[in-house]
Amino acid sequence: MGDSQYSFSLTTFSPSGKLVQIEHALTAVGSGQTSLGIKAANGVVIATEKKLPSILVDETSVQKIQTLTPNIGVVYSGMGPDFRVLVRKSRKQAQQYYRLYKETIPVTQLVRETAAVMQEFTQSGGVRPFGVSLLIAGYDDNGPQLYQVDPSGSYFSWKASAMGKNVSNAKTFLEKRYTEDMELDDAIHTAILTLKEGYEGQISSSNIEIGVIRSDREFKVLSPAEIKDFLEEVE
Amino acid sequence: MSIFEYNGSAVVAMVGKNCFAIASDRRLGVQLQTVATDFQRVFKIHDRLYIGLSGLATDAQTLYQRLVFRHKLYQLREERDMKPQTFASLVSALLYEKRFGPYFCQPVIAGLGDNDEPFICTMDCLGAKELAKDFVVSGTASESLYGACESMYKPSMEPEELFETISQALLASVDRDCLSGWGGYVLLVTPTEVQERVLKGRMD
Repeated sequence: MGDSQYSFSLTTFSPSGKLVQIEHALTAVGSGQTSLGIKAANGVVIATEKKLPSILVDETSVQKIQTLTPNIGVVYSGMGPDFRVLVRKSRKQAQQYYRLYKETIPVTQLVRETAAVMQEFTQSGGVRPFGVSLLIAGYDDNGPQLYQVDPSGSYFSWKASAMGKNVSNAKTFLEKRYTEDMELDDAIHTAILTLKEGYEGQISSSNIEIGVIRSDREFKVLSPAEIKDFLEEVE
Repeated sequence: MSIFEYNGSAVVAMVGKNCFAIASDRRLGVQLQTVATDFQRVFKIHDRLYIGLSGLATDAQTLYQRLVFRHKLYQLREERDMKPQTFASLVSALLYEKRFGPYFCQPVIAGLGDNDEPFICTMDCLGAKELAKDFVVSGTASESLYGACESMYKPSMEPEELFETISQALLASVDRDCLSGWGGYVLLVTPTEVQERVLKGRMD
């Protein structure tokens, strides 16, 4: 179609009104490892598969879920190195906000600023869009919140969402299982079950990662021992 | 002659029981000549936050305009008003940005924070914050104001008594300072209402 003639330059619209590079970025995200997030009544949980290329890789050195501020965490699907750059920029923005206002940045503001960075890379010369979609989970004065940010820079607030390889099955599963007044521990079980649905192979405490934030507003990445306890409850 | 004494000013804020009062004089001078007797030094940021700016009048006006600009954008982005402590941090940061060519102003910030808790603070022209539980003063009459407030202030005053105290302290202090005076302007803020009053003192 005429679109392929316009796929070389990010900053040129195709006749169908799309920026083809962003579509390709979303494809990169869609072939990344599955990640998901669920907003419960009293907290948020985010989780991802942690499939390593070989058993020789030291799994303790790989951390896919990162903390942006003590009360905001993030997970991704897509290209790891792009994720690291965004994490670095977001952390800096959060600290700049604190320096100015001596107040911790609200989740919506951090999401807005991160999305603005991602949008910049869709409208500048000589750069490419980020090949990641982010799931940002936080707890502030407006309660628990979960946001997804796409390579285009658009962001959405979700009650539960998934991204990556298994996105359609995972979302269907979540739609069935989600309830408005879910407690956080139920949400963690649901997250594990959703990951299990699309997992090729045996799920264990060393090949998934889970991050949790409760009403104490401290984002924590669960240790393998803690994940093991939740896995046993789910079995 | 100091640049801070070019226009003359007196600003004071006091904390009462679930309320605060902020007051200033009304004289605008050019050294020894009086040019205006209705000059505004206390400005509203939002319904529960006020800032008084003493020092060079032109810097006071410009700084106020810049702060309102920042606050309006904050309101649009965050869909809420700024807390007084947050606003004080913003003012401090803005002043320090001009560390080597400062605004010749000393702000006095007064507001009602969470749970209607009164908050006051002052800072120097470079942004060094000074929080206080009772009262803060600034301007050419500051030394007299310190003395008057220290002797007249009592903690947990009701709004009417707070108004009397701050008015007496202001009028007594500006009478000892040739560069400030020509009456006073007092704002009393409680969780439910805001009272503005103009005082008539020695009109010189």
